[in-house]
Amino acid sequence: MHAPDGFLTAGTAVATGAISVGAIGVSLRQAREQLGDKQVPLAGISAAFIFAAQMFNFPVAAGTTGHLLGGALAAILLGPAVGSLIVAVVVIVQALLFADGGVTALGYNVLNMAVVTAFGGYAIFRALLRVLPRTATGVVFASGIAAGLSVVLSATAFSLEWLFGASFPVPFDTVFGAMVGVHLLIGVGEGVLTGFAVGAVVAARPDLVAGVRDLDRTALRDRTSIGMRGFALAGLLVSLLFATVVSQFAAPAPDGLERVAQDTGFDAAAEDHALADSPFADYATAGLGNEPLSLAVAGAAGVVITLAVGLGLVAAVRDRGSAGDRAGDRQHSPT
Amino acid sequence: MTALPVEVRGLVFTYPDGHRALDGLDLAVPAGERVALLGPNGAGKTTFALHCNGIHAPDEGSVTIGDLRVAEPDLPEVRRRVGLVFQGADDQLFMPSVREDVAFGPANLGLRGDELDRRVATALAAVGADGLEDRAPHHLSGGEKRRVALATVLAMEPAVLVLDEPTSGLDPAGRRELVEVLQSLPQTQLVITHDLPFALELCGRAVVIDGGRVVADGPTATLLGDQELLRAHRMELPYGFDPTVAIRTR
Amino acid sequence: MGAGHAHTLYRHGHSHVHRMAPQAKLAAAFVSVVAVATTPREAVWAFALHAGVLAVVVAAAELPLGFVLRRLLVIVPFVGVALLIPFVAGGEQVEVLGVGLSREGLWGAWNVLAKAGLGASISIVVAGTTEEARILEGLERLRVPTTLTLIAGFMLRYLVLIAEELRRARTAMLARGWVPRWLGDARPAASAAGVVFVRSYERGERVHAAMLSRGFTGTMPELDTHVTSGTDWVLGMGVATAAAATAVVAVVTT
Repeated sequence: MHAPDGFLTAGTAVATGAISVGAIGVSLRQAREQLGDKQVPLAGISAAFIFAAQMFNFPVAAGTTGHLLGGALAAILLGPAVGSLIVAVVVIVQALLFADGGVTALGYNVLNMAVVTAFGGYAIFRALLRVLPRTATGVVFASGIAAGLSVVLSATAFSLEWLFGASFPVPFDTVFGAMVGVHLLIGVGEGVLTGFAVGAVVAARPDLVAGVRDLDRTALRDRTSIGMRGFALAGLLVSLLFATVVSQFAAPAPDGLERVAQDTGFDAAAEDHALADSPFADYATAGLGNEPLSLAVAGAAGVVITLAVGLGLVAAVRDRGSAGDRAGDRQHSPT
Repeated sequence: MTALPVEVRGLVFTYPDGHRALDGLDLAVPAGERVALLGPNGAGKTTFALHCNGIHAPDEGSVTIGDLRVAEPDLPEVRRRVGLVFQGADDQLFMPSVREDVAFGPANLGLRGDELDRRVATALAAVGADGLEDRAPHHLSGGEKRRVALATVLAMEPAVLVLDEPTSGLDPAGRRELVEVLQSLPQTQLVITHDLPFALELCGRAVVIDGGRVVADGPTATLLGDQELLRAHRMELPYGFDPTVAIRTR
Repeated sequence: MGAGHAHTLYRHGHSHVHRMAPQAKLAAAFVSVVAVATTPREAVWAFALHAGVLAVVVAAAELPLGFVLRRLLVIVPFVGVALLIPFVAGGEQVEVLGVGLSREGLWGAWNVLAKAGLGASISIVVAGTTEEARILEGLERLRVPTTLTLIAGFMLRYLVLIAEELRRARTAMLARGWVPRWLGDARPAASAAGVVFVRSYERGERVHAAMLSRGFTGTMPELDTHVTSGTDWVLGMGVATAAAATAVVAVVTT
């Protein structure tokens, strides 16, 4: 989801830009502490891996293909600070060199694709590890679900930014519904790919996976085979659950086309009055069917994202002690 | 850049995963000599190379370069004295252009300006890679990469060269050019290789390493003529290759 | 994006635009993109002017139009989104060929298309006339943290190698009868990606060892030898001023 130039208003671009710059600053410092003078080669080559993985298409269904986004994957493998840092570098280079995503859109693109997915995804991953068995199987499931939800979180973040910075009149709840709906599907793919990728790393070099450094190595070696069916089922269950919850809130948002017919002209005037002094973009609130409810949804979503990213940050800081000795790790035997 | 002797005593090293890669390795190489390090995969050759300039620190034993022991606080000077050419040239060439890559080492030594430019030019000329300065390393051919990798090390004007599998993946012409370059260099050279004819051509002396220690040491032609020894350590001459004939026709 | 993509970004040439100091070029491009993004959508004339300036720069850079257009394909997904806007947006309706479309939505679509197209074109001109390494050098001189530009440099250096590793893994699977049809069949490919990550990480450690053995102590040596000429800045700021002035006039008059 590389938004182009001018997709959100200038104010939103600047505000999200400030948040992203702050987040990259924090990540840079933490990455430095975690990797020491290995920071540049390790983060650089890992960024190349994430970039390359994004270019690699996997089958999804009926001839369509998808690819990894990699925010949660990077965070689980390398920790949320390094993870968000390298995905941010990928996003910035894609905008500057590949014209993929706008340069003035970097504020929200970095925030949504790097910061929210890495910190949010990592927080979900760690939370899931508290309830799931702390074995290789548990790690695969936790990674998959966290990666899937990180994509949904990213879509939600974009919808919230839309609330403040819409550049054309599509109401918040339509954007929210569409973004979350589409990204639930994308999230299933992201989850499956991330889960198996993390599983392969855990099997080969569990010591490299930052997100499981505190787990018992012998328990991680205990691998029961994970059936594709079980995994798909779990993914489906989680997305269904999520979709139900979201739709409970967002149900008042009818189909866009229908909406256009029904709202013609008359809503805009009415809403203007109610939200005259609100910080929200007129475009995003114009035509809301049930405005307080929609804003409540937006508020709840905002709290969830802030909480997830905040928890990711806390986890990053707390894990720093144990992650620190990685920099001093001696190399693995060469072959 | 005068060549320096290398003295290795009772080197022992165990990886964090418990694998003991070096198990009492002893070796003495006089200044300016070229020695081939032979042996099967997993014998500890690469691990040994990483001890030569302090990338790995031994559990026991020592490596000495000239009068300097490889250990803190002398690592900067040791790394100036010992040039390590890694097996994968792609791991060694990490800067955006050949010029910057060759300049990386001497710049870390504090050189700037004309002196730095001179080092870069001399090193590239020594390996016959002048003219490649502005190329991106990933656009070079395999043979060019290998020679530039050597130049990145030569630019530091080392006294000892340690080369890990310098001929792997090279075509015959690239291999020939490399032999000529290495023969023209005055440094003490430790050459890790599976390429036995290459070892014979380049090095008068060879040692066989297996199980993390030296198991044979002598003139290369003699070692390569010992079928028992070769078989015992998973080495094999190319079909039809006779070291005694090769040495006579050199 | 294909694995060979990285090679097609830069188009070798000797134009003034190619020779310009990267920091001046990047600064000019950045000001121009901001100007485009802040130009009010109603000021259609201003977008025409922006496009005119861009056309002059493309011509001066001796970039073939086909090259720019081909690279512009990257924004196609957003053209799709933009074309949907008039159908889903609210507000006053206008009849176009018998279909009711949102007037605001049409403006929104125009806004997205114009800004995305111009913004991407500016990036394409910069990347098309500046080698990757010079772009990073320019960013560094514009005070972007060195660690970030170094990470980006290592990323670009190893991108092709790692993409190639992934591609080989896929080829090996296809050669052994792997027929991917749906997501469930992606498991071996995802596992291969995990293995490639391990190899990438180990490569990172080897590169670090190679850096250490050449005297690296934690900070990259400063190799800056290039001098920026004043004319580069004059040229760059000329373009930037044209774009900024257009945007300012457009904001004031609409």
